[in-house]
Amino acid sequence: MSMLHLDYQVPGDDFTRAGEASGDVKHKLKKLGYEPDAIRRVAIAMYEGEINLVIHGGGGQAVVDVDPDRVEIALIDHGPGIADVEQAMQAGWSTAPDNVRALGFGAGMGLPNMKKYTDEMTIDSTVGVGTTVRMTVFPGRKQEGR
Amino acid sequence: MTINDLAQACCWKLLAGEDGIDNLVDGCYVGDLLSWVMGRAQSGNVWLTVMGNLNAIAVAALADTSGIVLCEDAALDQDAKKRADMQGIPVFSCPENLYQTAIKVYEQL
Repeated sequence: MSMLHLDYQVPGDDFTRAGEASGDVKHKLKKLGYEPDAIRRVAIAMYEGEINLVIHGGGGQAVVDVDPDRVEIALIDHGPGIADVEQAMQAGWSTAPDNVRALGFGAGMGLPNMKKYTDEMTIDSTVGVGTTVRMTVFPGRKQEGR
Repeated sequence: MTINDLAQACCWKLLAGEDGIDNLVDGCYVGDLLSWVMGRAQSGNVWLTVMGNLNAIAVAALADTSGIVLCEDAALDQDAKKRADMQGIPVFSCPENLYQTAIKVYEQL
């Protein structure tokens, strides 16, 4: 069992609520005294994940487990799934609609950013069933230049 | 230098987030695509953009930028202003475009 277990519901199609969960995690990690670089990496990766839940997943669940040596984030949705994960991971590839792009999202950088800012990331997705993205940040491993 | 010192030197107008005006600035990033900014901007950068929506405030907060400058007098949405005030994310505006503003920042840093 982790030191701190957090569970958030992220509503679908509500961009005004996206960022609440990642903001809360950031606040809690700060209070726990994690190093700023690790907190920033967790916050950015989780926010991108929240935005994906809003845009693509029809909402979902964000589960965070915090331990002294690692922060694990799971983003779970029951949306349409990703047909080609490798393609989705390519920077610039996006299926986001125009109204999302007008807000400044949909540049095809979400999943690449999540991979960039975390130390481990896996995507389990089944078309018509949903997607689970798991990410881990190890606070001790400062990623230079990120 | 603080973002307040930079704002005064560049004649920017404070729109929201007064609690954060002592944030330190050590660089600058320019961009409007939010995920691109999150992927590239460094903590401590002042962020020049025309995106004044709620999500821009979230990006600034999560990526630890020192503040936002809305160039060409781009509008700050009401709900974004409230969030910036609540979270202490300083947001300024100026009439110059992104390029002209970046030059001013370069001259000050």
